[in-house]
Amino acid sequence: MQEVINRAKELLRDGTAARVLGWKTGDLPYNPEPAYFETEESLKDFVYNGFCGANLSKYMIEASKLEGKTVVCLKPCDTYSFNQLIKEHRVDREKAYIIGVGCKGKLDIEKIRAQGIKGIENIEGAGITDETDILKVQTIYGTKEIPYADAVLERCHVCKGKEHMVYDELIGESKDTKDGDRFEEVAKIEQMSPEEKFAYFQSELSKCIRCNACRNVCPACSCRKCVFDSNKFDSSQKANVDSFEEKMFHIIRAFHVAGRCTDCGECSRVCPQGIPLHLFNRKFIKDIDELYGEYQAGEDTETKAPLTNYTFEDAEPSIVGKRG
Amino acid sequence: MYKIAKENLSALFQMIAEVQELYLPVRTAGQTNYAAWTTEAEVDLGTLKTVKSAKDAFFPQSEGLYTVRKENKKMKIHPEELKTQDFVVFGMKACDVQGVEVLDRVFLSDPIDSFYAARRSNGTIVAMACQEPEETCFCKVFGIDCAEPKADVVTWMIGENMYWNSVTEKGDKLTESVKSLLSQTDETQEREVVETKETIHAIVEKLPYMNLSLEGWNGDALSEKFDSPIWEELYKPCLACGTCTFVCPTCQCYDIKDYTAGESVSRYRCWDSCMYSDFTMMAHGNNRTSQMQRFRQRFMHKLVYYPANNDGMYSCVGCGRCVEKCPAALNIVKVVKAFQKQGDEK
Amino acid sequence: MSIENKEFKPKIVAFCCNWCSYAGADLAGSSRLSYPADVKIIRVPCSCRVNPMFILRAFEKGADGVIMCGCHPGDCHYSTGNYYARRRMTLLFSMLDYIGVENGRTRVEWVSAAEGVKFSDTMNGFVEKIVSLGENVRLGDLRCRK
Repeated sequence: MQEVINRAKELLRDGTAARVLGWKTGDLPYNPEPAYFETEESLKDFVYNGFCGANLSKYMIEASKLEGKTVVCLKPCDTYSFNQLIKEHRVDREKAYIIGVGCKGKLDIEKIRAQGIKGIENIEGAGITDETDILKVQTIYGTKEIPYADAVLERCHVCKGKEHMVYDELIGESKDTKDGDRFEEVAKIEQMSPEEKFAYFQSELSKCIRCNACRNVCPACSCRKCVFDSNKFDSSQKANVDSFEEKMFHIIRAFHVAGRCTDCGECSRVCPQGIPLHLFNRKFIKDIDELYGEYQAGEDTETKAPLTNYTFEDAEPSIVGKRG
Repeated sequence: MYKIAKENLSALFQMIAEVQELYLPVRTAGQTNYAAWTTEAEVDLGTLKTVKSAKDAFFPQSEGLYTVRKENKKMKIHPEELKTQDFVVFGMKACDVQGVEVLDRVFLSDPIDSFYAARRSNGTIVAMACQEPEETCFCKVFGIDCAEPKADVVTWMIGENMYWNSVTEKGDKLTESVKSLLSQTDETQEREVVETKETIHAIVEKLPYMNLSLEGWNGDALSEKFDSPIWEELYKPCLACGTCTFVCPTCQCYDIKDYTAGESVSRYRCWDSCMYSDFTMMAHGNNRTSQMQRFRQRFMHKLVYYPANNDGMYSCVGCGRCVEKCPAALNIVKVVKAFQKQGDEK
Repeated sequence: MSIENKEFKPKIVAFCCNWCSYAGADLAGSSRLSYPADVKIIRVPCSCRVNPMFILRAFEKGADGVIMCGCHPGDCHYSTGNYYARRRMTLLFSMLDYIGVENGRTRVEWVSAAEGVKFSDTMNGFVEKIVSLGENVRLGDLRCRK
């Protein structure tokens, strides 16, 4: 972490960049917030630890409009999003100085809470250079321990790898934390009967409070004005009036990023109701992979996205019924 | 004071639900929220904070106001009926109960909101003391005692029993209706309750946000706070989602919308969020055009505008839901602290 | 319930491309080929104009089945529109299937302006399918049912 701070200070000092986009120490052990640092002095609050899950590529859309370069700290998976944004001309590569920061899996405070851990005062082992596999959580109700691997975000279990797709320099070691198949759950649902599928999604989506956090945090959702925010649109964009509304919102949200979604997992991370939103995105990714060939959004900045491409031999829509 | 064995709680719920509606924390798809009790519902009294507050019981996220229908070439208006069914909200915490009081001052002052008033007069609140407050709690900062909520009935979970103390007339009525399941407590048991309260108070003192100072936040601080340059710095991580407002027990802004359903049009209201770009949108446009302004609105409302209109009462109750749920880890505590820090530096 | 006694009259929405199937429907009409009156045609300039939201909207407002007709692959008036539409609809239908909506409720058919017979056969077949599936209860807005 100190290395990142030192380097950021240098970049500010020599005039390469006007600001640094990173994370600021929170007031609890687990809530650092995304922040801009414009002076060397302000970097004293800079932090980079296991709780810095936020994908800063999203903030680069706005930062690209500012005067001067922005030093941005991106984790390996965040760089896919950044690449995708370059492809769509939503960020300016010239305006960014990317420090690829190391990552060994990001922590999910909800998973720690789900273990019955509450009243958290301090968490040891979440630092980026800590060599431990165990998190030591000090609470007002006593000290608890939890393996680091059990507390990481869902997306880290299906890690895309430790390589940064785009960067100006790398600082720190990364670790591939993959220990699962990202399509496993999707495949499981596909095997269900229509009634079971319907019941499953009905119960998950009934929790939706229409806060739009999943949309707003998504680096692929970069529209200036979302179709769901239009007041000419005869839909209750902020009311959970009817179960149909949630279904439409979540299908369309995922559809609008289909072929562009890098599977960064931010939507599921931020959902206050813990809805596994990645299941929608991954269904599209799985279908694209199966029908139009393997495709990973954000791997490069050149190739055509699956939904802006076609071949004469593409499968007919009737394949949906035939695949069973 | 009365008591009931924990194992008899489902019988208690059954008995209440026979004559009135019962809302309590229910776990669905891994999350606990207030919902109507049914025999299949997985009641979860162990989770301290439901994701959404109990606000929905009195002020639902969306509710119909009236429907206009075409009948024989004429338009007929069918107003939505007011709530007449009695109901009980079980398991509310002190902060949520105080949240209802914040809403009362808005909806029950002139002009009275009849939908809200109907729910309020039919609802009985059975609150639970918070045995294990969490690090995100700061209700004490607002003078709330989480060991003794100000509700119709207050309960404490101690050992194998739940202790039941009726405080108001409504509470007495409810107590009367379930008396067959309750038994009188003796002196030792009452002492246990007092001891439990003391234990809770001791834990509360240890919470990290306990010493949060609200100095300088009051109805008179309007121009000083409004014009502060700090907002420009603070709002930046904000993603403009509505999580904080929708999980908040005191946020009371709503929007009124129409839904066209072919032969009819229904007018309904739904919670609005000051974080949304169309918040308070009017014919001439929007009077808050940047996210900074919208972000400022939320905190100014909680800590300045509301106290200015309500004898200094804040419209934050320190439940800490925004602290837990904000996707960008922003929250009201960070806002208060940022202003404090600036004050110290001066 | 009284509803069970009534004969089920499905509501079907058909999005038809101006350059092919819409003319196909015309031809079916002028050739006196019949297809059920339950099919409501919405003319679009190209099958590619059909936004996934259109399909969901139709279901929201009470449709029991939605069919999209466009030019045969290779014959698009704008060269490539139907290719994009094909990919989109495949993914959308797959998603609807995934969340538990019966997949017979959505269909895509390629019908040229000369295929009046195919148009009428397609519509007859689709209506039959929807009648067998019954009323759409999984994707509608309750307020549209009152």
